[in-house]
Amino acid sequence: MEPAVQLTGVTKRFGEVVAVDSLDLQIRDGEFFSLLGPSGCGKTTTLRMVAGLEYPTEGSIQIYGEEMGLRPPNKRPINTVFQSYALFPHMSVAKNVAFGLEMKKVEPSEVTERVARAIDLVRLTGMENRKPTQLSGGQQQRVALARALVNRPKVLLLDEPLGALDLKLRQAMQFELKELQERVGITFVYVTHDQEEALTMSDRIGVMNEGSLLQIGTPQQIYEQPETRFVADFIGETTFVSGVVVGDGVVRLADGSTVKSNTDAAVGTGVSLALRPERLFLYPAGDTTVAGGNRLNGTVNRRVYLGNSLFYEVDVGVAMVRVRHENTLGMRSFDPVNR
Amino acid sequence: MAGRFVEGSRRVSIDTGPVTPALEHAAEKAARRRGLRLALPGFSYLTFFFALPLVIVFVYSFATRSATGRTLLEGWNLESYRRLANPLVLEIAWRSLWLAVLATVICLVLAYPFSYFIATRGPVLRNVLLVLVMIPFWSNFLVRTYAWRVLLGSDGPVSRLTEFLGLGETRILFTPTAVLIGLVYGFLPFMVLPLYASIERIDWSLVEASRDLYASGWQSFRRVTWPLSRPGVIAGSILVFIPSLGAYVTPEILGGAKTTLLGSYIVTQFLAARNWPFGSAMSFAVMAVMLAATLIYFRSGAKTL
Repeated sequence: MEPAVQLTGVTKRFGEVVAVDSLDLQIRDGEFFSLLGPSGCGKTTTLRMVAGLEYPTEGSIQIYGEEMGLRPPNKRPINTVFQSYALFPHMSVAKNVAFGLEMKKVEPSEVTERVARAIDLVRLTGMENRKPTQLSGGQQQRVALARALVNRPKVLLLDEPLGALDLKLRQAMQFELKELQERVGITFVYVTHDQEEALTMSDRIGVMNEGSLLQIGTPQQIYEQPETRFVADFIGETTFVSGVVVGDGVVRLADGSTVKSNTDAAVGTGVSLALRPERLFLYPAGDTTVAGGNRLNGTVNRRVYLGNSLFYEVDVGVAMVRVRHENTLGMRSFDPVNR
Repeated sequence: MAGRFVEGSRRVSIDTGPVTPALEHAAEKAARRRGLRLALPGFSYLTFFFALPLVIVFVYSFATRSATGRTLLEGWNLESYRRLANPLVLEIAWRSLWLAVLATVICLVLAYPFSYFIATRGPVLRNVLLVLVMIPFWSNFLVRTYAWRVLLGSDGPVSRLTEFLGLGETRILFTPTAVLIGLVYGFLPFMVLPLYASIERIDWSLVEASRDLYASGWQSFRRVTWPLSRPGVIAGSILVFIPSLGAYVTPEILGGAKTTLLGSYIVTQFLAARNWPFGSAMSFAVMAVMLAATLIYFRSGAKTL
């Protein structure tokens, strides 16, 4: 099967600014693919180029093997869910959803039927005659989805569609979106700066920064094996400790202590160790009941109660390390040392 | 402790007790009174110099004209209104209406693409263009209209050009065409500015969304840009139509004896014919037409929005 979307050497310059820098990317048929990165990293520009709302300065964009070139958006087999939904304020919900089909000159009877089904799909039956301003944010979001999906696009582009919703609704919509995607079987290309969103929904994630793709992989690969310092830092919480490789995966830190790591770098190479707060555990000083190699001594600097967990900042000399303890029954708590 | 400030006319009383509905009511009433006081100067100006004279005109329209041309405030009758059905009056009214509609349509056709162009430029160029639109206002309207007389005259540049091209002398001045040119020239900025304001306000992502939903450039304009700019179309059309219908200076200077319009005709009733009741009745009839046209126009706009 040819890729749903294929970008080859795609570059976009706005005057002197390089927004997207020779991007190569293949998005597979039927997958939920997320472009993840901080604001201004070029992810939205990339999406807009696929949609045809922006043309690349250089490079090629293919959708199911078809070269898009300078084809205008209305001639591309894709639809977009815009960041602010961009619902037509002068049309009812039903008219909004019917817009694409009417433009494609679909039979009126079929339009009516497909619009009804799309509105049912996003659970907005009964709201057909409302104007967008009479809907809540979450409902507007669903109208935008229905308006795009009703056209049965080959690829659906979503530009931070959950950004304007509050936390609870956003989390609910994440599952709903993923479930919807599996049900309709359309390739989703999802742009977000929210790592949690990307990790929850995606089959694969592409992490972008400063116009370049840094790493493509499954959520697990991105989280467990970040290939660059930026990816390790951007996804999840990370403390970096620098050191030098002195043996097979053994790294010596600045204070002379050594730890075991999964690095395959050659002896003598300077490396940064990335420590996840949930993979570190605190034990009282001198406690030797737990065996294991990687052990650092330090003092608790700060403790924050987060409800489901306790968060510690521990000074281990060479770095300020962040540690997270799950709030389980009988959890041991450590008091910060006052200085 | 709940402190509450109730502002009276000049005194500020501080009530430290709990808030009661009566206190809340008093505070709201005080706020309303403050607003009224601020609006009073403008309100009284309009009452004395606009509403009151209008009442006088209305009263006069039912009065009688004496044989010598004096207005007698007695023998109240509807004779002046009956005279509105006179064929000559109807012809003038019809001509005025037709010219006003034509001027409005031409202004709209000229102004829309231009306003669209301004609204889609960068902020610097946009402001420069807007200032350029307003520059004509910096010189006197009468002077500018006389300038058109020179331009359109039989030995003016327009006529010279057509002569040079072998098309013969052009006679535009003192025709309805000259009046139309003058009206469009004079009122075009009143169409451009509200159109610009409404087009500039349109969320560009809506246009993008329509393109993304398979609309061609033209369909996108017809289904999204045009309906969303309708408030500007309505405001601009009213701002051009109403002064065009009652125009006096432009037809006086650029129109000929055969192109009398309502404005000039009403002036004639007051000055030359000394028939104040009829002039008053006509003024009211014109106002009624304007009001009706405005209401119908607003209604048609409100329905689609």
